[in-house]
Amino acid sequence: MVVSMEALRMEARYAPGDILQLWKRNMLAYRRQPDLLVFSTIQPVMFVLLFAYVFGGAIQTGPVEYIDFLLPGILAQSVLFGSTQTGVGLAVDVTSGMIDRYRTLPMARSAVVAGRILADTTRNVFVVGLMLGVGFLIGFRYHGTVAGAIAMPFVAVLFGQTFCWISAAIGTSVRRAETAQVASFVWLFPLVFVSSVFVPVETMPDWLSVVAENSPVTHTVNAMRGLALGTDFWEPLIKALAWMAGIMAVFVPLAVWRYRSIQ
Amino acid sequence: MAGRTGDAELMADGSNGSSPIVVVRDVHKSFGDVHALAGVSLEIERGTVLGLLGPNGAGKTTLVRVLTTLLDPDEGSATVAGFDVRRERTRVRPLIGLAGQSAAVDDTLTGRENLEMVANLYHMGRATAAARAGELLARFDLLEAAERQARTYSGGMRRRLDLAASLVADPEVLFLDEPTTGLDPQARLELWTVIRELVATGTTVLLTTQYLEEADQLADEIVVIDHGRIIAQGTAADLKARSGGEHLTVRVSDLAALEQVRDVLEAEGDGPPTVDEATGTVSVAVSNGPARLAGVVRRLDEAEVAIADIGLRQPTLDEVFLSLTGHRAESEPADAPAGAV
Ligand SMILES: Nc1ncnc2c1ncn2[C@@H]1O[C@H](COP(=O)(O)OP(=O)(O)O)[C@@H](O)[C@H]1O
Ligand SMILES: [Mg+2]
Repeated sequence: MVVSMEALRMEARYAPGDILQLWKRNMLAYRRQPDLLVFSTIQPVMFVLLFAYVFGGAIQTGPVEYIDFLLPGILAQSVLFGSTQTGVGLAVDVTSGMIDRYRTLPMARSAVVAGRILADTTRNVFVVGLMLGVGFLIGFRYHGTVAGAIAMPFVAVLFGQTFCWISAAIGTSVRRAETAQVASFVWLFPLVFVSSVFVPVETMPDWLSVVAENSPVTHTVNAMRGLALGTDFWEPLIKALAWMAGIMAVFVPLAVWRYRSIQ
Repeated sequence: MAGRTGDAELMADGSNGSSPIVVVRDVHKSFGDVHALAGVSLEIERGTVLGLLGPNGAGKTTLVRVLTTLLDPDEGSATVAGFDVRRERTRVRPLIGLAGQSAAVDDTLTGRENLEMVANLYHMGRATAAARAGELLARFDLLEAAERQARTYSGGMRRRLDLAASLVADPEVLFLDEPTTGLDPQARLELWTVIRELVATGTTVLLTTQYLEEADQLADEIVVIDHGRIIAQGTAADLKARSGGEHLTVRVSDLAALEQVRDVLEAEGDGPPTVDEATGTVSVAVSNGPARLAGVVRRLDEAEVAIADIGLRQPTLDEVFLSLTGHRAESEPADAPAGAV
């Protein structure tokens, strides 16, 4: 791989337009395959309802209502699981030969991956909005500032977007869509459950709580809870943003590089 | 090596009409232990069709991927219109079109949207892109289906849409990787017509195929590749001549007699006969055909074998392949449609 100045100039010039083209393509696919959208929304809504009603009575969250505790966590969980679709979508494009076509076009090299992630992020905005709506219906309430209320779902979407890049690096490295799906869930499940998403970290065994306390998921969810409940959020927010910046610093170049060297 | 590439670049830039537009020099590419390309060199003259003929796994797609900037060669070099496919890929891409082995069509987009998207990714400008898409839809007989999602298209329509997409930017060199694999005979004939029309407009084409007849029908020059190596090169007529000229073929209606006919042809012919049980024919390469024909008729008559048909003919490319490689141009069943080759 030789990165020439000319290639970089082309990247800067064409990336915005090309990303928009790919975004449009993926959004059309969502609109025309309603099953995709239904699947990616029903599952998170089901999680909200199941956890709120099944575990709601059993899990002690102190003075905070369980639904108020749960919703930020479940938003983060949904965007994380949703991020697997980035890799799956890219792997499908690799198998179908679409990626070969894109890679022979004189287009920005980041556009296919970035356009995919922009579309997945758009979907996440929709999913997060829907879950908030369902949450309100079953008793979720904000207790903090208006700014916090706006920032909370925004952090969730940003967090999902970050993990889409990891998923993209996986999707461009495997041969089959099924592999991309499985390969993502293998690390996502422990990451989501060993965190403060569903239960307070203090309830875990010591060794596990050490892991959970330092997880990017925990920092993000704690920041979101702080924003929603009107409690402290700066420290977890800064840690969460640092994690996101770190992940992107590694996985944005990695995903683009993997995309370019698909064999 | 560098010197040679430089020469090619000079010639192409100097727009010398007779200089080759594609130059491949000793290209190697391995995947682990598999030597997909083990030293391939070839040239394609501007405005001609090169047929790259070989069985499944021969390395055809790998070469196409190297030439379309999708894959870096391990060794060797290749240029398209004088630009190095590795070092100058941003120059190469605007000049080429690729219709890959699997039709790279977006199922959820309509035919028109597929073409407009590609045109937009060539940065044509909205109006030009729309006009170009309309033009190509008309040319490939897809206007009626233009507003339908590509998922509803037949195999032949998908291939035509794929081909249209590869032509959006009027490429100087078009790469067609097994364009008719998986198509029924009718759709294949239609696609051949389309490809012929395209060639008539002066586009240079590299076409890969497992179908010997296809290379014979469409290509000016044929390169036969097997296990990553070029094993023969020439026009269809050249290649036929190389497999020993005429063939003597006998067809019997009683399959039980095939063995006897085989023995007779082995004695009279110049090489091992090939037996095709499906059609009940046995054929063998012969020199001095008419004399041999008489001899075969006499012997079969003595053996009281009823002959349904007998004659002399030019060899098929299948027989050429057999005589060049010692094995038939067989394809793995997974990839080949029924009746292929
Ligand atoms: N990406 C790849 N990874 C590993 N092996 C590959 C890859 N691409 C091709 N090969 C192998 O290289 C050889 C040539 O493949 P290919 O060029 O696809 O042949 P053809 O197109 O003539 O059928 C085959 O043995 C194939 O299995
Ligand atoms: Mg192939």
